[in-house]
Amino acid sequence: MNKVVITVVGKDTIGIIARVCSYLAESRINILDISQTIVQDYFNMMMIVDMASCGKPFDTVSRDLYAIGREMGLRIRCQREEIFDKMHRV
Amino acid sequence: MINISEVIETNQMIEHENLDVRTITLGVNLLDCAGGTVGETCAKIREKLLRLGGGLVSTGEEISREYGIPIVNKRISITPAALVGESCCRAPEDFVAIAKALDSTAAELGVNFLGGFSAIVSKGMSKADELLIRSIPEALAATERICSSVNVGSTKTGIDMDAVRLMGETVKATAAATADRDSLGCAKLVILCNAPDDNPFMAGAFHGVSEGDAVINVGVSGPGVVKYALQQIPNADFETLCETIKKTAFKITRVGQLVAQEASRRLGVPFGIVDLSLAPTPAIGDSVADILKEIGLEQPGAPGTTAALALLNDQVKKGGVMASSYVGGLSGAFIPVSEDQGMIDAVNAGALTIEKLEAMTCVCSVGLDMIAIPGDTPASSISGIIADEAAIGMVNQKTTAVRIIPVVGKAVGDTVEFGGLLGHAPIMPVNRFDSARFVSRRGRIPAPIHSFKN
Repeated sequence: MNKVVITVVGKDTIGIIARVCSYLAESRINILDISQTIVQDYFNMMMIVDMASCGKPFDTVSRDLYAIGREMGLRIRCQREEIFDKMHRV
Repeated sequence: MINISEVIETNQMIEHENLDVRTITLGVNLLDCAGGTVGETCAKIREKLLRLGGGLVSTGEEISREYGIPIVNKRISITPAALVGESCCRAPEDFVAIAKALDSTAAELGVNFLGGFSAIVSKGMSKADELLIRSIPEALAATERICSSVNVGSTKTGIDMDAVRLMGETVKATAAATADRDSLGCAKLVILCNAPDDNPFMAGAFHGVSEGDAVINVGVSGPGVVKYALQQIPNADFETLCETIKKTAFKITRVGQLVAQEASRRLGVPFGIVDLSLAPTPAIGDSVADILKEIGLEQPGAPGTTAALALLNDQVKKGGVMASSYVGGLSGAFIPVSEDQGMIDAVNAGALTIEKLEAMTCVCSVGLDMIAIPGDTPASSISGIIADEAAIGMVNQKTTAVRIIPVVGKAVGDTVEFGGLLGHAPIMPVNRFDSARFVSRRGRIPAPIHSFKN
């Protein structure tokens, strides 16, 4: 497993999940969990994905998703899961 | 599995509360670089630093991108240069040549500061120690990235008052040597008591002789995160207040621990310690002073400030210790003036004086830090201030330090701008009564009775 957390923040619009998911599928990145919520009127989505089968380096995936986000007026970021795990689990 | 509210909380800390890792500092032993000539020593130093530190900046940036956490500084600390140069330096100019070689190597590596242009003279000065100290004004004027520190005392040895006297003069000479830059050289010179061997923070970082050949030490930060957490509980009792600081410190430190372990693994250099210090920056909201206000003081300096700071410092340690396998360095709350907008505001409001800051240094790390004083302050008064701080450190078995800037040509009422992380500061008044006869006495102050534990 090579778990990465993808977060999407911005104004809600049609096709956000579809667009992100199709990029993940073509990059052979498996989605383990998706959840979403609204915080201070902003759409917040979080995906936990497994990049173990993905041939692309982390930096490439991160840059591609950031670019997709920019096109849709959203902020998309990728972070390795450990930072959340370490901070919130004893 | 991690849930969305935890992810949002972490990213809120990073994006809105200034959570960052303040520094990854690579400590390097340079004792094996001592050569017969200055040229040979400089060449060996350059070769070793490039070999061990070549990947430091790129690795730090890689970790920062992958975890989405800013890593503000990538730095290097070295064996105290007085030891490295002892075999070849015969005059202060020789040590200046070593400082220049270190500076150009630091620039080549892309690190913003290199610490360890230092001498440990807690009980007495060797010839090389004294030469290094006498080279400091010119070394700091001729370099950009070099930080210098001198340890003048410890609980075990007492205080070397000859070194204290010399350091008062050296601070003045450094201010004069960098007068064209508002005496900036003094912002890179710190005089310590009980200096730790593994401090990752500048200007006091050096790689002590108790360390291995190379080590990764990490300094975390996060005053903004603590302040935000306290804003959510404005009238809570002390138990809740302390628990909140502790939990927040735990979270901040865990990020530091993660970054330290990753940097250690990727660079193939052993992990040393995480330094738990709350380190402010001039950025709005990234302030230890703001935490003190949130605890309930109108301004830092108000009655109760020392107690509030003691509480804060202790809870940060209690939360942080659980979060890291090895804790070290300075580990406490920093209270620099120029680097903390809340402290600057408190000075400008007339709430905070050097004497109150001195009291605050009894209960936190580290000492009188980044305080601008009038340029005509006598060297003996600066030595007196250094002796006071060293005495607090010696008696309380803690690290204390003085980083004070007598800004040439400026007086109380003026301000000085250092730029970047060093910030800006109002000139603070110094007690005008004389201490020259006290500091001109020769010798040292003996170690306190409670240091005899054998």
